[in-house]
Amino acid sequence: MMGHWIIVPVVLPAVMGAFTVLVLRNNLGLSRVFSTAATVMLLAVALALLVGATRNGPEIYFLGNWPAPFGIVLGLDRLSALMVALTAFLALVVQLYAIGTGWDGRGRHFHALWQFQLMGVCGAFLTADAFNLFVFFEVLLIASYGLMIHAGGRDRLKAGVQYVAYNLVGSTLFLFALATIYSVTGTLNMADLAVKLPQLPAGDFALIRVAGVMLLMVFAIKGALVPLHFWLPATYAQAPGPVSALFAVMTKVGAYAVIRCFTLFFPADLPATGALFADLLLPAALLSLAVGSLGVLGAKDLPRLAAFGAITSMGTLFVAVAQFTPQATAAALYYAIHSTLAAGALFLVADLVVARRGTGNLLRALPVMPQHGLIAALFMATAIAVAGMPPLSGFLGKLLVLDATRGASMVLIWSAILLSSLITILGMARAGSTLFWKAHAAEGSLPPHPAQPLAFVAVFALLAGLGTLTLAAGPVTGWLAETARQLHDPAAFIAANKLGAP
Amino acid sequence: MELLVASAVGLMTAVGIYLILRLRIFPVIVGLSMISYACNVFIFASGRIVPGLPPILSKTAVAYTDPVPQALVLTAIVISFGMTAVIVMMGLGAFLSAGDDRIDLSEDSEE
Repeated sequence: MMGHWIIVPVVLPAVMGAFTVLVLRNNLGLSRVFSTAATVMLLAVALALLVGATRNGPEIYFLGNWPAPFGIVLGLDRLSALMVALTAFLALVVQLYAIGTGWDGRGRHFHALWQFQLMGVCGAFLTADAFNLFVFFEVLLIASYGLMIHAGGRDRLKAGVQYVAYNLVGSTLFLFALATIYSVTGTLNMADLAVKLPQLPAGDFALIRVAGVMLLMVFAIKGALVPLHFWLPATYAQAPGPVSALFAVMTKVGAYAVIRCFTLFFPADLPATGALFADLLLPAALLSLAVGSLGVLGAKDLPRLAAFGAITSMGTLFVAVAQFTPQATAAALYYAIHSTLAAGALFLVADLVVARRGTGNLLRALPVMPQHGLIAALFMATAIAVAGMPPLSGFLGKLLVLDATRGASMVLIWSAILLSSLITILGMARAGSTLFWKAHAAEGSLPPHPAQPLAFVAVFALLAGLGTLTLAAGPVTGWLAETARQLHDPAAFIAANKLGAP
Repeated sequence: MELLVASAVGLMTAVGIYLILRLRIFPVIVGLSMISYACNVFIFASGRIVPGLPPILSKTAVAYTDPVPQALVLTAIVISFGMTAVIVMMGLGAFLSAGDDRIDLSEDSEE
């Protein structure tokens, strides 16, 4: 049993963030050391939790030892442990990139905000209480507001205001949904909801449907699902490169919340809602595929291209999630791991390019940039991963998704996924040829740029993660199949809450 | 009573949505505040509207009202207050650096 270790991924970044902002705020070197050490420790704890969750099955941590559903509970199962480990790995690598490129020194409090961001994300993955999920969403959002406008600048601040306004509306919607659920069921503990919702009288069906759809909309905003994606392109294109790369896991928070809530307490066999959510989610996911891939093709600059790539990957992910079957959920989780690493790598490569060319513009060719060949190779590998071509894990992920979506709407889903992949490949090829081939024909030269080996190490680490995911696809998919089975049969998770036991 | 609370929530939300759709930062912030007020009243009402009853133990009480929504609304108020402060500061920063308070991104800024 993991005991108190379950709360460490929340407490450790919270303490380190506060320590960094109080004691180390004027010392960039020391805050780098402490913040990196904290993220390394977070990764170690996350891996230990992953092993523990694999061995022991779901486990509930009662905060203050208050019994559920009266106290707040954290839940550790395979899904939450996986997401925390993924977050910690991505955060560590991207943090090294930020240090290697000096991004963390271009504004104040980068490392403190980084730790608070990790606290919010890990908390959102670990909590087993719907209202607590809202609180952790706010924690991760308020840290992300700070990170998003890190280093300042006119366009970044304007995009930041849009981002905050959009997410404040989303937060309010979340509260409306939670209040409606509470007024109908009298509880916000997730396991307790799973017990109470099937016993709901028919008179309350309309209310709970409204609440469920509002909840789905909130998670769709977080997951940047069309038509609720409008915050994403400007935010990700204007945010500092490493911050966008970390934000790759923030859209996954939306996907995680959909998987968690809509397998646990809004399952497809619930009499009140039935297949309502799948019917809403699937068209939105298919639209996201179309909008995202066309955006990749039409993007005028590289960060924006990466942002639309993130929307496309969320579309693919939600197509699988919308099936609500164990096989499709396992495929969605595999694709979620892949797309987090791939999107992170693409944002980092985009940042490398922008730093050397001075602009991410894709409309005109500029002369050959410093470290041209290496960056071109990295862009090639990342583009292959994002577009889902062999030999990297994007191909396997898309195969798993395609395999899991056989059935009534198979023709529509398969053609949408395959066509969007083709358009993404075209968009990537166009960007790559402008950036790296036409550069040889352009006149003049770009100013020299320091080599920054640590930044390249970070990008290679993400690509190594993708390679490992590809090579270990057999064991990983087996493990994920068991995870999905656990999610779709949540009896053990509910039992761990010890509801009704005084 | 129910009618009054319900129409107040509805009216504040409607006003809030109208203001959010404006193109300047200040009306958007006011609109967001309106919506969060509406939301707070809504959360409060989710524990059923009963006037004059205590939420926690009291020797003279004949009945109690649900204390949980009161705790929830307290959290919601604190968070929305903090978020409003953040967006005010960011809006101010955007106004000072861009010279106007339009909320949309201009075409040239997307370069």
